[in-house]
Amino acid sequence: MNRIDECFSDLRKRRKAAFIAYLTCGDPSLQVTADAVRTLADSGADIVELGVPFSDPIADGPVIQRASARALTSGASLSRIIDMVAALRGGGLKIPLVLFGYYNPVLRFGPERLAREAAAAGADGLLVADMIPEEDEVLAAACREVNLHRVQLVAPTTPDERIGKVAAASGGFLYAVSLTGVTGEREQLPAGAAAFMKRIRARTDKPVALGFGIGSPETAAAAARIADAVVVGSAIVRCMEENAANQDMLRRLGNFVRELADATKGRSSGSGDSSRILPAVR
Amino acid sequence: MTNRTTLPDARGHFGRYGGRFVPETLFPALEELEAAFKSAAADEQFQADLGYYLADYAGRPTPLYHAARISALLGARVYLKREDLCHTGAHKINNTLGQVLLAKRMGKTRVIAETGAGQHGVATATAAAFFGLACAVYMGEEDVRRQRLNVFRMRLLGATVVPVSSGSKTLKDAMNEAMRDWVANVANTHYVVGSVAGPHPFPMIVREFQSVIGREAREQVLRQEGALPDAVVACVGGGSNAMGMFSAFLDDPSVRLFGVEAAGKGLGSRRHSASIIAGRPGVLHGAMTRLLDDDDGQIRPAHSIAAGLDYPAVGPEHAYLAETGRAVYLPATDDEAVAAFERLSRTEGIIPAMETAHAIARLPEVAAQIPKGGIIALCLSGRGDKDAETAEEIIRLRESVSGDGDEGGPGVTP
Repeated sequence: MNRIDECFSDLRKRRKAAFIAYLTCGDPSLQVTADAVRTLADSGADIVELGVPFSDPIADGPVIQRASARALTSGASLSRIIDMVAALRGGGLKIPLVLFGYYNPVLRFGPERLAREAAAAGADGLLVADMIPEEDEVLAAACREVNLHRVQLVAPTTPDERIGKVAAASGGFLYAVSLTGVTGEREQLPAGAAAFMKRIRARTDKPVALGFGIGSPETAAAAARIADAVVVGSAIVRCMEENAANQDMLRRLGNFVRELADATKGRSSGSGDSSRILPAVR
Repeated sequence: MTNRTTLPDARGHFGRYGGRFVPETLFPALEELEAAFKSAAADEQFQADLGYYLADYAGRPTPLYHAARISALLGARVYLKREDLCHTGAHKINNTLGQVLLAKRMGKTRVIAETGAGQHGVATATAAAFFGLACAVYMGEEDVRRQRLNVFRMRLLGATVVPVSSGSKTLKDAMNEAMRDWVANVANTHYVVGSVAGPHPFPMIVREFQSVIGREAREQVLRQEGALPDAVVACVGGGSNAMGMFSAFLDDPSVRLFGVEAAGKGLGSRRHSASIIAGRPGVLHGAMTRLLDDDDGQIRPAHSIAAGLDYPAVGPEHAYLAETGRAVYLPATDDEAVAAFERLSRTEGIIPAMETAHAIARLPEVAAQIPKGGIIALCLSGRGDKDAETAEEIIRLRESVSGDGDEGGPGVTP
């Protein structure tokens, strides 16, 4: 059984939402990324999305754009990221890992080879920001072959009937983009998120993860009330960026993620005010 | 706006190229756009309105001019399709008038665009001013610096110019930023893509709006020569003037099609924009096409002296025409373009855009591939006023290096 399925089936029994943490691999180095992934897992993240940097990330806002540029400067590539996944599994990391990138690096690596090597290394899913089901035949088949979940996205602009179609094509869970826009924190959960989730629920029984724009315990808690999983990306990347020069970056990251994870699980966090770690959400 | 080519197919593919590689948020907008375009194309009123604007506002038809002195030098009959005489100084207005009229028909209140040389930005700002829509133009910081005059023109026309400081700070990055804007504002905004690039239906829409170039040229050459040309030539960055020109001749097997790509500092230098000649299949800005990337699939920065060609990919239909052999693509370096820029200025009294100068540079090679005295139709896609400053710098530098600066100087050569 795929680790993603186990994770959602376990959380469903406990009636809890999953907390999914995103970071950009190689920002500032793959060594730091590996340490950060372990920190995320130890701090309550249920699933980690491993961002694969791309030179032209059109779905991303400034925070992840900057992280991607740093990651490319540090020499991160798909093959090194897959090696890192293997090393993390070798070290006993248990939580599901989902690769999240853009298509051209996948194409250059080879879709079949990527699916095979990623699965062998211990990855559980693959998200591609600029690949809709209509173009996905080869990659989806390659992923199916090795039980790597090919996770698809729906957006508020997606019409009802298409939501059903995309959800059917999506493996593991369905990623719901909460807003019409690029990645990055917003002060509140978008006004239309609840209605959007309702439209999705009417068309699929698969677990639904809500992402984009969520970056504080408050927005995470609000998202957890309507979705099966809450994804936080830019806020985590920003926490690492702002603390890059600090010796205790990992501890600060862990504290921040603990708050987000607790908020997702409906627990109030013991460590208190997040503003001591991060400035107010922009 | 009709065209006898049957591609793209229903899913927007030209063979293995084209398609839609976009964030899901944009998919519905692309479907809506495709439907709106098809409905407009079938609407006689829309066609009549567009025809009127192209004629009385943009100045069409443009002449097909027999360049007698260049012809004599080459031993061929060379015709220049004078898109440089269009309003705003380039072929770009054909597309922007069409797309902004379409945006208005779709009820959009705002248009955005990317621009390299600034020509497409100016043409979009012009059409937006004309039809009363708000307009934002994304332009790489490097290009803002290279094309100051066009930045001022856009602002004068009421557009907001947004300098883009990410990545290589050129056309590619401007397009990234425009796509991000579109993802966020898709409800009220139409993205006026400036070339035959991007996700389906843009390559088709832009080709169709530019096909007026080729349709006119075909009629004109038949009228003036009583025969089809042996060769058609155009420069290719994204490739919109070339597709506009080629599209009318695709079904004329006797007409050979030549696209000229920017070879920058040379194909071996890695500082070029020749994505067909030196690139490989890949996905950028929503389409499968040919592009320049490294072994990890990261897009490599392109280079060309011509900002409008400084793009690491190409329209998917060109990738397809190259693969099928229907069109042949040749390289021209920065230096060759500058030499051609000067040559056309002096022999015909026409200062071409530096982009166009790449096509002019390959005229001797094209002439050598057709029968002696054959007919060549070249798309003179834009005028070169915008490039005068760049050219002046290069020519001055060259003359100071060669040490005899007055040879070939103004007023000296016959």
